[in-house]
Amino acid sequence: MSDNKHTAGSPEPREDGGTGRVVGTPSPAKGESLLAKDGEGAKPPAGPATELDEKSAKNAERVVAAFFVLAFAASVGFIAYYIGWSGRNGGMHGVVRARESNLWLGGTLALAMLAMAFGVTIWVRRLMTSKPIIQERHEMASPADTRAAFEADFLEGAEDSGITKRPLLRRTLLLAAAPLGLAPLVLLRDLGPLPEKRLRSTFWGEAVKKAKAEGKQGVRLVVDGTNAPLKVSDFNSPGGMITVLPEGIEEAPEAANEIAKAVTILINVPAEQFKPVKGRENWHVNGVVAYSKICTHVGCPAALYEQTTHHILCPCHQSTFDATDGAKVVFGPAHRPLPQLPLGVEDGYLIATDDFPEPIGPSFWERG
Amino acid sequence: MSDASAPKAVSGPLNFLDERLGSTNFFQRNVKKVFPDHWSFMLGEIALYSFIILLLTGTFLTLWFHPSMEEVVYNGSYTKLKGVQMSDAYSSALHISFDVRGGLLMRQIHHWAAVLFMASILAHMLRVFFTGAYRKPRELNWLIGINMFILGMLEGLFGYSLPDDLLSGTGLRITQGVTESIPLVGTYIYMFLFGGEFPTGDNGDLIPRLYSLHILLIPGVILGLVTAHMMIMWHQKHTAMPSKNQSNEQVYGYPFYPVFMAKTGAYFLFTFGVVALLGAFAQINPIWLFGPYDPGAISSGSQPDWYMGVLEGALRLMPGQGTEWVIAGHTISMNVLIPALVPLGIVFGGAMAWPFIEQWITGDKRRHDINDRPRNAPVRTSIGIAAVTFYGLLWLAGANDVLADKFHVSLFGTTWFFRFAIFIGPVIAYIITKRICLGLQRKDAAIAGHGVEAGIIVMAPDGGFSEKHEPAREEELIKILSKENARPEAPATDANGIPAPSQKGPMGHLRSRLQRAMTFDDIPVEEHGEEHGHDDDHAVGSGSGPKQLGH
Repeated sequence: MSDNKHTAGSPEPREDGGTGRVVGTPSPAKGESLLAKDGEGAKPPAGPATELDEKSAKNAERVVAAFFVLAFAASVGFIAYYIGWSGRNGGMHGVVRARESNLWLGGTLALAMLAMAFGVTIWVRRLMTSKPIIQERHEMASPADTRAAFEADFLEGAEDSGITKRPLLRRTLLLAAAPLGLAPLVLLRDLGPLPEKRLRSTFWGEAVKKAKAEGKQGVRLVVDGTNAPLKVSDFNSPGGMITVLPEGIEEAPEAANEIAKAVTILINVPAEQFKPVKGRENWHVNGVVAYSKICTHVGCPAALYEQTTHHILCPCHQSTFDATDGAKVVFGPAHRPLPQLPLGVEDGYLIATDDFPEPIGPSFWERG
Repeated sequence: MSDASAPKAVSGPLNFLDERLGSTNFFQRNVKKVFPDHWSFMLGEIALYSFIILLLTGTFLTLWFHPSMEEVVYNGSYTKLKGVQMSDAYSSALHISFDVRGGLLMRQIHHWAAVLFMASILAHMLRVFFTGAYRKPRELNWLIGINMFILGMLEGLFGYSLPDDLLSGTGLRITQGVTESIPLVGTYIYMFLFGGEFPTGDNGDLIPRLYSLHILLIPGVILGLVTAHMMIMWHQKHTAMPSKNQSNEQVYGYPFYPVFMAKTGAYFLFTFGVVALLGAFAQINPIWLFGPYDPGAISSGSQPDWYMGVLEGALRLMPGQGTEWVIAGHTISMNVLIPALVPLGIVFGGAMAWPFIEQWITGDKRRHDINDRPRNAPVRTSIGIAAVTFYGLLWLAGANDVLADKFHVSLFGTTWFFRFAIFIGPVIAYIITKRICLGLQRKDAAIAGHGVEAGIIVMAPDGGFSEKHEPAREEELIKILSKENARPEAPATDANGIPAPSQKGPMGHLRSRLQRAMTFDDIPVEEHGEEHGHDDDHAVGSGSGPKQLGH
């Protein structure tokens, strides 16, 4: 080794430019790889080779060909699996077959592409003989005389057209174009109904009104999912929480929209911890209290209830409400408490005696 | 090559085209177009290829998907949901997954490609930002790129809302809540977007609308922007990293045909291969586990796709107390508006404005085809890292419930941590990054000025020891010397006391103050002969930097 930058006996430089070192000696300076080394530049640069050694080229060609054959086999495997094993008559039918088919089809597809990609990469790096070349970069801007010529042509055109000389023409053209531009906006009007009072009430109000017209005191609460009416005696274990809806909501027109607003959580708060909100002393039934399930932040269902702290938590953005204290916000991005539904008892069944006293869900401009 | 003529199969079509379009002119100009090499130039290619994969797999999915909110009873081969009421959209998405061969694979590849598309755009944008590749003349492509990312966010949100499963419905519910918070027109936009009230409106129009936006309008716009992006890039020629043979006057690299063409073709196959691998072996968005959308239900740990995480995090961090105002009978919901608009407004608005702000401050209106090394623009790099920190913290905050769960820390504790961290984190990141950049500049100054420590100890005749320094390799020197040293600012007034036009007025003062703030601690990197020795002062900037070079 003729490299006189290293003392005799020092290890060979490694590929990465560092040198192996004797245990206990300081590591070589980080800048070591910056040093010019003898023989530098004789090494062909990484990338497409410029001079091919016929023997190694032959080798590389065989490797590339092997990858291409592998890609061929994988693609054939993909087609063969699809035709032969993936199921007949337009389907796989079931989870197990779907998973199996996904693995085979995906695996062969990935193998085909990756094998081809490796093949081409090796081809480029080992077999292509193109040399790096230099090209000129050019100023993006057009030459000044071109700009000047264009400016002249532009002004001449404007002059010839008369648009600069005839203001009446120009202004009436603008006048004509403006409403035409607005026309498509008008067409969009029927995208949806106007908000009107839609966001201010829920199906609870409608159902209570109907029940009162029939001589009852309010509408029964039914359990979400089973639609069974709920007796006070069925919901008597403190700490319980279920989701309820007004009876008859399933039959309402646009039931999904009504459910999305009327969905309510019923919580059994231990009576001794319950602090009714002023003016709402009779809205609960022995600590059984109902709040809108729609978070006042951006409307996710506030569905998590922690029995020990009596906190209602919205899993989307963690707004937290205190069930014992009128669902007051105790943490998180919500600003307002969950609206409370006035409850009562009729024939042993839990009922709602009125709609929520305020619009449920996220705030909006007209809410006030 | 030799004078052999091209085979007829090639020359025939070429001549046919040329006689009608004169296309050979174009081919001749571009056949050997030079593409400079650097690994980071491939990040944008990943985005391009992911987009192509999205178009291919997306088209496949449209052949079976029903964009309809019609209630149906599921009767497919997924037994756990048999007999369950659901929307036709959800039912058809299940059909694609379980009853169309390769359907699940295409769905998963489509979703993975979307995730990769957004991730690679972001990585590409960071590369462009930190190397200053957005500078003149490439500002337009920078703006196009940012807009593609924003459109990609919308495209993704609408896309994963289509299957109408429980998770996607939750995303739409949040979209509704955020829409409602817009002052004055919020409820109108809500009604007009959903065609009535959430979720199905008056006629079940939402899914069909999202569908046409997702498969036609937005991808159409993105395709147009991609085309413009590529044509501008092709026309302006790619930037190059500072190295031998690269300059504002010339570009050095391998020719398009055959080298770049083969490489980029292989790269497409790599990208497709990797997302196919993910689609085959890594489950994503298993809608059949979430169940159909039910407005009263939700699963804990609901997470959007990663690119929406920032918005999610911002919504989570905003305190709700004192942030909703009722003014003259109208509600203004700052607890929703601020997180929905401000963080992304800062990041994307700032990114769009930055090239022009930087030009205004530095007064540098020259063309730049050679990229900066990030250390040589410390303020830019530090602002970039501060923005990354800000974005990253918000993104993490979007998963604060998962973090609290996995690391067994208090949920509210994580929220409080992030509430402070999003303000403090970027400042710390700025300071540290700036120090690192200046430290690296000092190292460069030392290498350029003194050479590299050779590891050889020389004993002087008087018995003193010193370490020999060798000149750095040529390639390394070119890289190091690519730094443009800060020029002393032109005096604010000329000899007659007339202020320079750029320094006049409050804006002029602001400009020159900002320019000073950008350059006062610059470390000039200059080449000196080896004999220059250890004269420590010459490589130290005019500012407050330490007077030692650290050796």
